[in-house]
Amino acid sequence: MLGRSANNIYWMFRYLERAENYARLIDTGFRMALTRDKTVSSGEWRSVIVTAGLQPAFEEKYGRDDYSGPNVYNFILRDPDNHTSVLAIMEMARNNARGVRAAITRELWEAVNESWMTVRDALRRPVRNTNLNDVLDLIRHQTTQVRGAMLGGMLRNDIFNFGRIGQFLERADNTARIVDVKYYVLLPSLSYVGSSLDNVQWETILRSLGAERAYRWLNAGQMDARGIVDFLVLDGRFPRSLSFCYEKLRANLGNLALQYGGEVEAHELMRGADVALHDQTVSSIFEQGLHEFLTGFVAQNQRIAAAIQHDYRFVE
Amino acid sequence: MSGDASANFDEMYDANGNVRPAYEDYCEWYDEQDRTILRRKHEEAESFFRRTGITFNVYGQDDAEERLIPFDPVPRIITASEWRRLSRGIEQRVRALNAFLHDLYHRQEIIRSGRVPEWLLHGNEAFLPHMSGFTPPGNVYTHITGIDLVRTGKDDFMVLEDNARTPSGVSYMLENRETMMAMFPELFTRVSVAPVSNYPRRLARSLAACPPPAFDGSNGRKPVVAVLTPGIYNSAYYEHAFLADQMGAELVEGTDLRVIDGRVQMRTTLGFTPIDVIYRRVDDEYLDPLTFNPDSVLGVPGIMDVYRAGGITIANAPGTGVADDKALYSFMPEIVEFYTGEKPLLPNVETWRCMEPDSLAYVLDNIEDLVIKEVHGSGGYGMLIGPTSSKREIAKFTAKLRANPHNYIAQPTLSLSTCPIFTKKGLAPRHVDLRPFALMSPNGIDITPGGLTRVALKRGSLVVNSSQGGGTKDSWVLEE
Repeated sequence: MLGRSANNIYWMFRYLERAENYARLIDTGFRMALTRDKTVSSGEWRSVIVTAGLQPAFEEKYGRDDYSGPNVYNFILRDPDNHTSVLAIMEMARNNARGVRAAITRELWEAVNESWMTVRDALRRPVRNTNLNDVLDLIRHQTTQVRGAMLGGMLRNDIFNFGRIGQFLERADNTARIVDVKYYVLLPSLSYVGSSLDNVQWETILRSLGAERAYRWLNAGQMDARGIVDFLVLDGRFPRSLSFCYEKLRANLGNLALQYGGEVEAHELMRGADVALHDQTVSSIFEQGLHEFLTGFVAQNQRIAAAIQHDYRFVE
Repeated sequence: MSGDASANFDEMYDANGNVRPAYEDYCEWYDEQDRTILRRKHEEAESFFRRTGITFNVYGQDDAEERLIPFDPVPRIITASEWRRLSRGIEQRVRALNAFLHDLYHRQEIIRSGRVPEWLLHGNEAFLPHMSGFTPPGNVYTHITGIDLVRTGKDDFMVLEDNARTPSGVSYMLENRETMMAMFPELFTRVSVAPVSNYPRRLARSLAACPPPAFDGSNGRKPVVAVLTPGIYNSAYYEHAFLADQMGAELVEGTDLRVIDGRVQMRTTLGFTPIDVIYRRVDDEYLDPLTFNPDSVLGVPGIMDVYRAGGITIANAPGTGVADDKALYSFMPEIVEFYTGEKPLLPNVETWRCMEPDSLAYVLDNIEDLVIKEVHGSGGYGMLIGPTSSKREIAKFTAKLRANPHNYIAQPTLSLSTCPIFTKKGLAPRHVDLRPFALMSPNGIDITPGGLTRVALKRGSLVVNSSQGGGTKDSWVLEE
């Protein structure tokens, strides 16, 4: 397989995962804004922008005090000044798919192409409160369809593995980022256990990761900071937890080693990171500081990504 | 349903409005169909094409960077016996073209014999001195050729153009058939149509039959074939990806390739690995920045040296574009006869070379009735169609022609055959041509039955090029 093709497929799935995460993030912000007064909701929208990693770009356009819902979600979804808007990254995903057209199935290509066309059409005009939900649903449906076409039809070979690696690196990054932005809410020392404000804030975190029902179901409605961190970081059953993402990364890297008859530096790094995560407990995470733990995790993630791109010759 | 009363040959109806034998089964089926459903299916076809991404890019049009070539759901039908004649003619022509190219880059016997003038090579920019004295693997120059045919009567097929440089359009031939089979499956149970879907396999086999001397065939190794594309912004990218996919070949870009140890190698996730046969969809001048255009980033520095040293097969061979020249075209009857010892089975369209004073005088006198083309032009650009041009256009073109006569040839305005297309008001005749694709390897010449039918969608128009608003049709060769 060509190094460029590996690069294309890797980014294609990173971008699709990112588009879906953005949609989830906006959905959470929107829900919060509907249940809050204006000042609180503008704070909520700010935290959506921060989590999306778009604060500098957003404030350059709107300044520091204009965090209205429509500004925020249109910026993330479709603003031409935002080079990583959902619209832009869906197009990049589609162009990546086009560049690797000969290495993916027709079904997968058609799913990506169609999702790009559908999302593009839906984002032709500014989104309003009245159709925001429809647009977000559509993005989630389309990205799910692409994933389905991949899981249902693609050969389990290196092409598949590079796609999955892209997807789970992005997902791990996203989960770590969401928890990090809200880490102050989860700091036990600062929390007012049982107060309704806290519960709603915690729910935001869970909701933006699509985890609220699973968490509730597992914990019989008991909300506490340790439980949430345990779930989102260490519970290997939840498909957006850091532990789950690492499990997938390890498995896909392992398959590459099998197919290629050997390991590269990325495997060494991955093993180290995996062992380190495995050794963590909720207590050890809070001991070193949640923020410090997450920052370290994201940095390690980036090292693994860089090693994969280098070792498998993504670019010359 | 009724035929057009105009003078041209209609392929579906004879002069009395009766359905010709080739279309009998189809028309019987068509008459049973509900028009509303046909219309809806036709509209569905477009969304199908968009979804599959069968688009082409038009250079210089920002608003529509990816456009669809309109697809018409009425097939163009050729009988088995017509096809037998055509394919024999195409085979003869391709054989002659290949022999001509070999001769041109070696002893130039045809020029020594006086059958073809030497000036033909001067000013033909596609002639590559780098190819002189070199014989490509298997002595194949034209691995893939597209021969453009037009029809003017029941038994009158003529060659309008030879495309030996990098003929495109074969993906439309394949997708049009797929679309037809998806839209009207029952039609194919009633009419027996020769399949085209094995073209990519035939292409892969044909390319693999021309490995370079450096290919190591021990342990049952097969030649590694790759398709070289300029990238996703090229107008024919869809086709490049489609063919690579269907052949199971890698789709590579210049940046994936490097010359290492005398081989052209591609950067894979496991390191560099040699390519044996490269089906390049990059023009000669961009192929090797060390030999040709130094600014090219589409090609591979040093590939020509590797080629000449026997490290790789390039398909089509560099320098085959000579044969696309329209002045050279006018000598094709002589060329066919010189190399095959036979009369051409497929005639040329009568052609005047404007560089010859007598011809120029004739062309200037009769310009309103002629089609004038640039010698090196393609895609329907830079031409004048006398009968449909205004006085001003003709005056402007005449000035260009006088200033630079050797840049032009002229042909009579042909009364091209028509085939009906499906319109809102029912069937309506439109002019068509046909581009069959011929594959050549040391094992012989292999022609997929049918080809790409291009159709001028505007009433009365003779321009079928997709860049000029033409469409395509599925082309059927009936089985006996």
